[in-house]
Amino acid sequence: MSNSVIYLDNNATTAVAPEVFEAMKPFLTTEYANASSIYPFASEPLHAIAKARGQMASLLGCTPEEVIFTSCGSESDNAALRSAVKTQTGRRRILTTAVEHPAILNTCRDLVKYAGIHVDYLSVDKFGRIDLDEAKALISEDTALVSVMFANNEIGNLYPIRELSRLAHAKGALFHTDAVQAIGKVKIDLANDLKDVDFLSLSGHKFHAPKGIGVLFKRRFAPFAPYLTGGHQEHQLRAGTENVAYIAGLGKAAELAAINLEEENTRVKALRDKLQDGLLATCPDAAVNGDLEHRLPNTVNIGFKYIEGEAILLRLWDRAHICASSGSACTTGSLEPSHVLRALGLDYKSLHGSIRFSLSHYNTEDEIDRVLEVVPPVIRNLRDLSPFGRITG
Amino acid sequence: MWDYTDKVKDHFQNPRNVGLLEDADGIGEVGNIICGDAMKLSVKLTEDKKRIADARFQTFGCASAIASASALTELLKGKTVEEAAKLTNQDIANYLGSLPEAKMHCSVMGMEAFQAALSDIRKKHPEYQLPGTNEPEGMDRVVCQCFNVTEGKIREVIRLNHLKTVEQVTAYTKAGGGCGGCRDEIQQILDNELAHEHLDNEAKAAQAQVATLAKSAAETVKENAGPLTPFQKMRLIQQVFDAEIRPGLKADGGDAELVDVNGDKVLVKLQGRCATCAIADKTIEHWIEAKLREQVSPAITVTQVQ
Repeated sequence: MSNSVIYLDNNATTAVAPEVFEAMKPFLTTEYANASSIYPFASEPLHAIAKARGQMASLLGCTPEEVIFTSCGSESDNAALRSAVKTQTGRRRILTTAVEHPAILNTCRDLVKYAGIHVDYLSVDKFGRIDLDEAKALISEDTALVSVMFANNEIGNLYPIRELSRLAHAKGALFHTDAVQAIGKVKIDLANDLKDVDFLSLSGHKFHAPKGIGVLFKRRFAPFAPYLTGGHQEHQLRAGTENVAYIAGLGKAAELAAINLEEENTRVKALRDKLQDGLLATCPDAAVNGDLEHRLPNTVNIGFKYIEGEAILLRLWDRAHICASSGSACTTGSLEPSHVLRALGLDYKSLHGSIRFSLSHYNTEDEIDRVLEVVPPVIRNLRDLSPFGRITG
Repeated sequence: MWDYTDKVKDHFQNPRNVGLLEDADGIGEVGNIICGDAMKLSVKLTEDKKRIADARFQTFGCASAIASASALTELLKGKTVEEAAKLTNQDIANYLGSLPEAKMHCSVMGMEAFQAALSDIRKKHPEYQLPGTNEPEGMDRVVCQCFNVTEGKIREVIRLNHLKTVEQVTAYTKAGGGCGGCRDEIQQILDNELAHEHLDNEAKAAQAQVATLAKSAAETVKENAGPLTPFQKMRLIQQVFDAEIRPGLKADGGDAELVDVNGDKVLVKLQGRCATCAIADKTIEHWIEAKLREQVSPAITVTQVQ
């Protein structure tokens, strides 16, 4: 990683781990055979795929046969939702939440428009929490699929996947979770803890594999209609010549994630907490967005009142090459702030000034110290510019 | 990642003229915290009230909003009030090199802030007798409820920036960028503005053509050094009719057909709105006949056929 950059935007994407890059190299150079070919030259790629499938399965607590390699998290989400609509004949509803990733929300809209499906959205409170009673009331014999994200990308909230998946199965509905943000940050045990999860999506580039590779977990015996039809690959569940190098890299990333999981929840979490506490102590009129009790260990989203996110981010880059994200309208390219922050019903005074810092185990305490030094004067200075920010802090 | 010019970055990182003038002659406040950007501009005039002595701003918003406000204050200082009143959002964008299209609304906010400050001065100090601004009057109906954008603002920005699509109007004014409920209405305003622009252009083209024709008619007369032959006269009548008379009528939603020419007697049939117009005979007499007499021959008479 570049020394000059303080990268605190790991929910957007992560650096490819050097070990992952090493694992990929042979398949981008000498070992270029098609894994489906019959000669011995194809055995390395074939074995690499099998190995990666095993590495992935052991991270998720599932069997290798339940791992389907895809091109990205969005593809996995599409596959799960569209399949459920096809296989759950006679059931015409999907239940999801208002704070899902666009890969879910826009796929739902598409199914409403072109497949006549009805979608129900679980509401969230001001901390972004859902209500299990509401979920129970909304799941019916007409529900084909319940899809709820494992963890929210913007505020880091963790959702009660075990309880929700049980509620879904109780009414004969399938259950899917978009776990793109959870992989490598919290423990996922599909064999014991999460037995009622039928489908789970994940994406490699959120845990130090490259962009362009994902996984759909499909539980054995869960009904499934392939999204990408064609060749026999992935046990005839996902066509397309295997992307061997990326699959090998993803397998390595899964292995590393299992090793680093504890550090994520101790050292990284401690750095996140230090950052959060430090900023709240030095910046008046700032508050954390989200559910402090059930949250990813690497994420903190802070709303700075009276100022705007893009301005904060550009100043942070200018002062110390700090990378973070904002849900403000100006950074999303639209004119409205993020749908997640709006769903929380946040006060408009802080809505536009919300900044997400998301860490990885590559971050150091020195970096966090530097951020704590740089952020407060940036906030103060922008408030001096703002007609609403008559605070001297 | 926005592609900002170095000038935008400079004015964002080092904004000029920040603050609030305690002894301002007027203050303009636009935008609000809900919409995501807002600006407060205070303006102080010189002793003679003819020039801008000082301008200071406070902005809540993104980098380009802050840079646009900073640029505006630099543009304002030292200008006469008359010059300043003619400043448009394009002037702000040009001063900054350029702005990404999706950020043009920041430059519009700058323009609006000065208009608001000017109208504040006018209200507080009618004795200064300050000049007006660009904004069409009587159009304060709110079209976009999400971002509180009026019809007048939309029309002004369309005209100043020659906008052609609803997406552009959204990028420049934010109107239509929320719930999207007003996009059809913005399209109607655009259609209306584009129709006007089209008519304006047509009228200009017609004027140019007439000038050429008049010149060639004059040359024809000069060359012959005598009265026009019946064929030359007929041709000239047809030319003036097509190049000058019909475009003039079309601008008012009407039209006319040249039915026959017999010596100095010209027969026309009014069409469109002219056909049902209560003052059709005046149109014939004061417009068609007058034009032909002026350009072809004083002996011409025009009669309307139904």
